[in-house]
Amino acid sequence: MAQAATAPNVDDLARIAKELRVDIIRMLVKAGSGHPGGSLSEIDMLTCLYFGGVLRYRPDEPDWPGRDRFVLSKGHCTPGFYSTLARAGYFDRELLWTFREFGSALQGHPDRTRLAGVEVSAGSLGQGLSIATGMAISARIDGADWHTYCMLGDGESQAGQVWEAVMTAGNAKLDNLTAIIDFNQVQQTGLVARIQDLEPLADKFRAFKWNAISIDGHDHAQCLNALNLAREHTGEPTVIISRTLKGKGVSWMELDHDWHGKAPDEAQAERAIEEILNGGAA
Amino acid sequence: MGAVATRKAFGDAILRLGEDPRVVVLTGDLKNSTHTEDFEAKYPERFVDVGIAESNMIGVAAGLALSGKVPFACSFSAFITGRQETIRVSVGYNEANVRIVGTHVGIGIGEDGATQMAMEDVAAMRALPNMAIIQPCDEVETHRAVEYLLDHQGPAFLRLTRQGVPAIHGDDYTFRFGEPDVLREGSDVVLVATGAQVAEALGAADALATEGVSAGVVNVHTLQPFGSASIVERARATGRVVTAEDHNVNGGLGSAVAEALAEAGAGARQVRVGLRGYGESGTTAELYAARGLDAAGIATAARALLDR
Repeated sequence: MAQAATAPNVDDLARIAKELRVDIIRMLVKAGSGHPGGSLSEIDMLTCLYFGGVLRYRPDEPDWPGRDRFVLSKGHCTPGFYSTLARAGYFDRELLWTFREFGSALQGHPDRTRLAGVEVSAGSLGQGLSIATGMAISARIDGADWHTYCMLGDGESQAGQVWEAVMTAGNAKLDNLTAIIDFNQVQQTGLVARIQDLEPLADKFRAFKWNAISIDGHDHAQCLNALNLAREHTGEPTVIISRTLKGKGVSWMELDHDWHGKAPDEAQAERAIEEILNGGAA
Repeated sequence: MGAVATRKAFGDAILRLGEDPRVVVLTGDLKNSTHTEDFEAKYPERFVDVGIAESNMIGVAAGLALSGKVPFACSFSAFITGRQETIRVSVGYNEANVRIVGTHVGIGIGEDGATQMAMEDVAAMRALPNMAIIQPCDEVETHRAVEYLLDHQGPAFLRLTRQGVPAIHGDDYTFRFGEPDVLREGSDVVLVATGAQVAEALGAADALATEGVSAGVVNVHTLQPFGSASIVERARATGRVVTAEDHNVNGGLGSAVAEALAEAGAGARQVRVGLRGYGESGTTAELYAARGLDAAGIATAARALLDR
C-alpha cells in the first residue's frame, strides 16, 4: 500500500520534488498548454503532504471513508497535482502524457467524476475553501477523525467567497481544517501586491479566529513542521501561508507572470529540465 | 383546509424527516423565513447558519454532500440562485447531492417588492444540465417532494412560495418525479401550470366551464427533467395550450412547454402567462390580478386562444 505512513526523509522528499518538477514540464510540453508557474510553486508542499507522512490516503481504495480530504481550490495547477497523484499510485503514470487531451481523465482542471484521487472538481477560483469547510463540518457531525486540507492560490484569495468561508470556519472552530495558501506572489497578469494586495495576510486570518503559520514553502522541513502543527492545533482552523516563488526551479520562469498559463516549447522544456535536475531547487 | 405556504410545509417536512442522519439544514440568516427553526431546535448539530453569505452556503453544502450528507441549503430563491455560477461548479459539475431550497418566489411574495422576488430562478437553474427542479403546488405535494429528495441522486432545486396556497391533493397523493400531474381533462384547451398558479388554473377552468369551454389542467411539479409526453398528447388533442407561472416568461415553464411542443411538432398554439419586467410591491392578489397571473387572467388567455 502506497499510503504515506513512514517517517519522512528530507533527502527523499527533495528527490521526489525534483522528479515531479520534471513531470510537470513534460506534461506541459506534451499538452502544449497549461499552467507551469503555480504547479512549480505548489509542488514542494504537495510533496510533503503526500509523501511526508502527513496525508492519510489509500490509492487502491480512493473512497476509503477514513481518508483525509485534499481539495485543490487553485484548480488550474493540475500538472503539479496530477504528477503527485500518479506518483502516489492513484493511476498509471502513462496517463500523465494524455493531460488535456480529448477523452482524457486528466482534464485541464480537475474533475472528480473522471479521476480517482480528485475530491472536488474545481477551477472557478474562490470556491474550494467553502467546500472544504463543508467537509470539515461533516467530519465533526460524524465524530470522524479525518482532516481536510485545502490549497488556495494567493490571487484566488482576492475572492470574497474565500473570506466568507474563512469567517465560517473560524467561528465554527474547525480545527480539523487546514488551509494552505500557495503565496507565489504572482497572478495571471502581474504581481498580486500590485493588482490587489493581500497583506497583512496572516493578521487577516488571525482576525477571523484562525491559527496562522508563515513558512518558506520550498523548505521541506518547514513544510512538514507546519503541516504537523496544523494537524495538532486545537480550537481553531490553521492556515499555512506558504511563501513561494511562482515558477520555482526554472530561473527564467520565476516570478514572471508570462509563465502563469502557457507551456514551454521543446527547446525551453529541455533547458527547464536540465536546470531542475542540475539546480538546487528544493 | 386553509391555505398553507409551501415554505411552511417544507419546514414541517424537514423536521419530520430530520431523524435521517444524512439530513443537514443550512441557512443564511433566514431560519425564520424558511421555517427551519424547529429543525435547528431539534437537531442543532446538523444545522448550519452561515450568515448572509449565500455563495459560501452553497460551497459548504457541496462539501457536506461530497461527504455523504444530504444538505438542504435554504434561502430566498433570488439570493441563492443568483449565485448561479457557484452552483454550476460547486454543485452541478461536482454532481453533489445538494438541495437548493429557494423560498419567496415570484411576485406572489407581495409587499417586499422587486428585489426580493425570484423571477428568473427557474431559468437560471434550468440552464444547468443535471439540476432537478421541483415546484410543488400545495402542502401535501411539498411533503412528498421533500421525501423524494432524500434519495434523489444529483443536485436539485426546490422552489417554494412565501404565500399560502390552497390544498389540491389529499394525503393519499403519489408524487411521481418527472411526470406531470394531470388534474383535469378538457377537450378545448389545456392549462399547464406550476406552483401557486395551479390553483389559479383550476379556478380558470371552473370559470371557463360556466361558459361551455372544456379546459384541462396539468400541474407541472417537476420542471427539470421535463416530462412532456402527457402535455404534448393533450396539446395535439386540443390544439390550444396556456402555460401559467409566477416567473419570467423566458426560461421557465412556458419555455419548457414551447420547446417540447415545437420538437414534437404538436401543432398547437400556446399563450405564455407569466412575468414581463421586474416586480413591485402590493398584495399577492393585487399583483396577480395586475399581471394576469390569477384565475381571471389565465381564463382570459384561454379565451384569446379560443377566439383565434
